[in-house]
Amino acid sequence: MAAGYLSDFGVILLFLIGGAIFIVIGLFTARLIRPHRPNAEKLATYECGEEAVGNSWVQFNPRFYVIALIFIIFDVELAFMFPWAVVFGRRDLIEATDGLWGWFALAEMFLFIAILALGLAYAWVKGHLDWIKPKPIIPTIHSPVPADLYQRVNERQYPIKKVEKPAEV
Amino acid sequence: MEASAPNYFLIVGGVLFVMMNVAAGLIWVERRMLALWQDRYGPNRAGPFGLFIVLADTLKLLFKEDWIPPFADKVVFVLAPAIVMVTVLLSFVIIPFAPGIVVADLNIGILFFLAMSSMGAYSIILGGWASNNKYALLGAMRGAAQMISYEVFMGLALMGVVLLTGSFNLRDIVEAQRNMWFVVPQIIGFVIFFIAGVAETHRLPFDIPEAESELIAGFHSEYSGMKFGIFFVGEYLGITLISCMVVALYFGGWLGPAFLPPVVWFALKTFVFISIFILLRASLPRPRYDQLMEFGWKILLPLTLVNLLVTAAIVLMQNGNY
Repeated sequence: MAAGYLSDFGVILLFLIGGAIFIVIGLFTARLIRPHRPNAEKLATYECGEEAVGNSWVQFNPRFYVIALIFIIFDVELAFMFPWAVVFGRRDLIEATDGLWGWFALAEMFLFIAILALGLAYAWVKGHLDWIKPKPIIPTIHSPVPADLYQRVNERQYPIKKVEKPAEV
Repeated sequence: MEASAPNYFLIVGGVLFVMMNVAAGLIWVERRMLALWQDRYGPNRAGPFGLFIVLADTLKLLFKEDWIPPFADKVVFVLAPAIVMVTVLLSFVIIPFAPGIVVADLNIGILFFLAMSSMGAYSIILGGWASNNKYALLGAMRGAAQMISYEVFMGLALMGVVLLTGSFNLRDIVEAQRNMWFVVPQIIGFVIFFIAGVAETHRLPFDIPEAESELIAGFHSEYSGMKFGIFFVGEYLGITLISCMVVALYFGGWLGPAFLPPVVWFALKTFVFISIFILLRASLPRPRYDQLMEFGWKILLPLTLVNLLVTAAIVLMQNGNY
């Protein structure tokens, strides 16, 4: 498919347009035939029937941000490793350098990954990879009241008093 | 093949048409298969074997009231489902279904695939954020974090195959598997790629962005009608895409005994992996969110790095004749 009217990315553009047309047709047909009867209940935020309190565009948990940071580190790593992966095993390069090429590339990548593994280890030790950070501490109470007292109180049955019917006035 | 203008349209239109139909058909396949594994019938009323349920579903989605919430960010709200659909569809561009049947034979095929699958995270985060719904926002944050995390492992797992072939081109990768499918030397890579693929498509058991028992419908809680339909089809397209990639990368793509044409081999293998996707849904419970993230960063990531280095050492030993 290399030679022709369009380059490879031209075909991809064509494909993109084709996909977009599918979506536009789908949404437009739906727009033509669907009903439109809004009311106040429908227009409310869906929260299982509860009245929504406040806006939901709020601050979010910073752990997502930390995950994103770690992701960027490793994704950039990926970007560096892909070119390496392509040229690494090339026989002509290995032969031209008497086998030095392969060892050099391998040692380089070991070093590169070691540095990144160090970063991973740091994040790991610091606890950035753990989602639940603070361990819940169950307080121990030294109480003179024995624990089974509550049990006994709960199980005690009270006789129901008979109530005299008030006399009619 | 003689490349001329009508050919482009034929192949682009053909792949688009086939993929949309496969995705729609998968809805029926999944419901029937789930039913089979759960010992019930599944949809069996409309048409032969209940096949027309796909048509009925589409019509129902078209006729549903489809509203944009007044409190939402309207432009982004409409854009989000379009992004998921377009990016997943675009990923199909690089998949070689058979010799000659590929939309664009890119020499950076795998990079293109990774780029497009990263874009998928946008649709989740934008859709959830634009909905202005707390459940949607929670689902979107989780989904984005999950997708970008598993993106890394997916890329690293792929790297083993790139090392073995020295090429990003999927056609070259398939051709390099004539003697041995890459699943044999890259078994760890394959397992991690598949797990990451399940997480990328946020399918069960990793459907945490839309975990319906805790988040209603997650990032698409506020979506209805055809916009929900686009998310829905996008998910099934994603399953097909990951299955196609697994087949092309690890299971020899179109290669197979000559009594069947290459396209059929490709389709058969892909269908096996789609079935595995559905079997996963039928059999596994959903992990907790923190378990998912810890599993990824603490187990999969070190494992992929080790796999990569060991593969590199083996390639060096073979190619350098040590």
